[in-house]
Amino acid sequence: MRFAEAWRVAIDALRANRLRSTLTMLGVIIGVAAVVVLVAIGTGTKQQIERQVEGLGSNLLIVLPGQVSLGSAPSVSRMDLSDVDAVSKIVGDRNRVAVTVASGETVAAGNVDTFATINGVIETTPQVFVRSLARGTYLSRSDVDTQRRVAVLGWTVARALFGDRDAVGQQVTIAGVRFRVIGVFAKLGQSLGVDRDNEVHVPITTAHRLLGTNRVDGIAIKAPNRDEIDDLSARIIAELARRHPGTEFSAVTQEQILGVLGDILGVLTGVLAAIAGISLLVGGVGVSNIMLVSVRERTKEIGLRKAVGARPRDIGVQFLLEAVLLTTLGGFIGMGLGIGAALVVAALSPVPAAITWWSLALAFGVSAAVGIVFGVVPAQRAGRLDPVVALRTE
Amino acid sequence: MSGSGVDAAFVVQDVTREYALDGVTVPALRGVSFTVDAGDYVAIIGPSGSGKSTLMHLLGGLDRPTAGSLRIGGRDVAGLDPQALARLRNETIGFVFQSFHLLARTSAVDNVALPLVYRGMRASERRRRAVAMLERVGLGHRLDHRPNQLSGGEQQRVAIARALVTDPQVLLADEPTGNLDTRNGQAVLALLETLNAEQGVALVIVTHDNEVADRAHRKIVMRDGVIVSTDVPPASPTADEGVS
Repeated sequence: MRFAEAWRVAIDALRANRLRSTLTMLGVIIGVAAVVVLVAIGTGTKQQIERQVEGLGSNLLIVLPGQVSLGSAPSVSRMDLSDVDAVSKIVGDRNRVAVTVASGETVAAGNVDTFATINGVIETTPQVFVRSLARGTYLSRSDVDTQRRVAVLGWTVARALFGDRDAVGQQVTIAGVRFRVIGVFAKLGQSLGVDRDNEVHVPITTAHRLLGTNRVDGIAIKAPNRDEIDDLSARIIAELARRHPGTEFSAVTQEQILGVLGDILGVLTGVLAAIAGISLLVGGVGVSNIMLVSVRERTKEIGLRKAVGARPRDIGVQFLLEAVLLTTLGGFIGMGLGIGAALVVAALSPVPAAITWWSLALAFGVSAAVGIVFGVVPAQRAGRLDPVVALRTE
Repeated sequence: MSGSGVDAAFVVQDVTREYALDGVTVPALRGVSFTVDAGDYVAIIGPSGSGKSTLMHLLGGLDRPTAGSLRIGGRDVAGLDPQALARLRNETIGFVFQSFHLLARTSAVDNVALPLVYRGMRASERRRRAVAMLERVGLGHRLDHRPNQLSGGEQQRVAIARALVTDPQVLLADEPTGNLDTRNGQAVLALLETLNAEQGVALVIVTHDNEVADRAHRKIVMRDGVIVSTDVPPASPTADEGVS
């Protein structure tokens, strides 16, 4: 029998039992759609986080006290502003060094208040990290040197306190102390469920007085180019270790952060895909089951086809094609459904979703393979059916 | 017939067929011998359980004998695997069944063309042959009707057209009139006999109806797995030569 003919016969058989074919396909449809959507969400999240880490700025080196690894609690810093001066001297350019001391505080304006992260910083922050302002200006060096009570608000904070009104020029109270708003950051969005716009930048000198401390939590350095990062990192850590005997310091680069996050999210995506794959497997078992029923039901037809000259192989191919057609058709519909669902998720929820060609190819390939694997047994059974017995069946 | 160089339709020599049922061997045929010449018209008659259905399955190449020799159209079935048997059925034998065995949801012309599908023939050529054969059995006006839109007599005529479309050497009819009323049964028999006479296709009818069997040129009467009476010459070299 010609191959095209076998396809036609398989399509006719599926059409004859439209409801059953659809229900059988449903298992595959759901499985493939689940694979596509979950992989899209996993990939989308990974891409979003990578973009955000990259968005911090390139050639970034972050120096922190203690041994840095994901999951370890941050240790209490012993660094202060004199360490920042020492690091600036090594780097050779104060504009390439940023610092932070952070604390969670209540920020109020009139009778409205909100809770936000207060970052004590120096005026170089926008040059080291990539940050842009929606309104007003950023802190100046004289703001830092003279401990001015001025603040730049994150988008969320500005929105919470002032709504649609312009925050620049307004007064806010941080931990009971009044500050004048001089700028508002452009919106950054969320990262791993954390609102990155819920922060306020104030001069670090002002922050030290406000918080009653002189510590520096971390120092960030923007290296002039990629090649200098390792050398710079080693020299800075050596200098800090010399200044603080007994304290460990470590430096992480953007690449390292990206690498670790990428690994974690890759595993996460894999696990999601595997779970969805199980449902695809269950769909395959359903296909196998229905094909066995179909072989039994069409025993007479098989007998007749054999009587008029069908070889065992012709019958086997016919049933195998039916199973493969069921799963690949289900695979196509599931892919469409999965793409649609991923687009809806990306559009209507904060969860990002990115459709990748490999997840589509994988889902489609697996569904076709499922058809072959789960169609083989029913097809063999049909092919081996004794024509005498088959014709006798009424 | 052998004188004209055409192989006999069937040469059956001492054929036995046993079935294993729950570990017990049940003989359905116990040493059957006869010959059906090309173009012959033979009826096989006997009550149910006489072994005539088993014999028909063997003649149709659907089954192989346990012992003895069976030649269909000059080919010994003993050496044939399932693929080769399928090809033999396709090329040599046309089946007509009591219950028609037409594919539902499939037009008359596609039912008739079915055996040609397994020859790998092009769709246009299949259709041309199937239409010609349906016209030959008087159903040229029913080409695209489905079995459930046809009467019993018409369905059996579609089945006959399907049996003949491959231009077989033998038509093997198993109770072809069993599911038809007298008038339609007579018409179907007349059609089969016309085809036998005009196309030279050998006709073997398996039946339990004496009236049907009496119309054949020869009659093989079976009982309990053996032939109890026949006017068909036994299969032997001398008998083979004797006919011509």
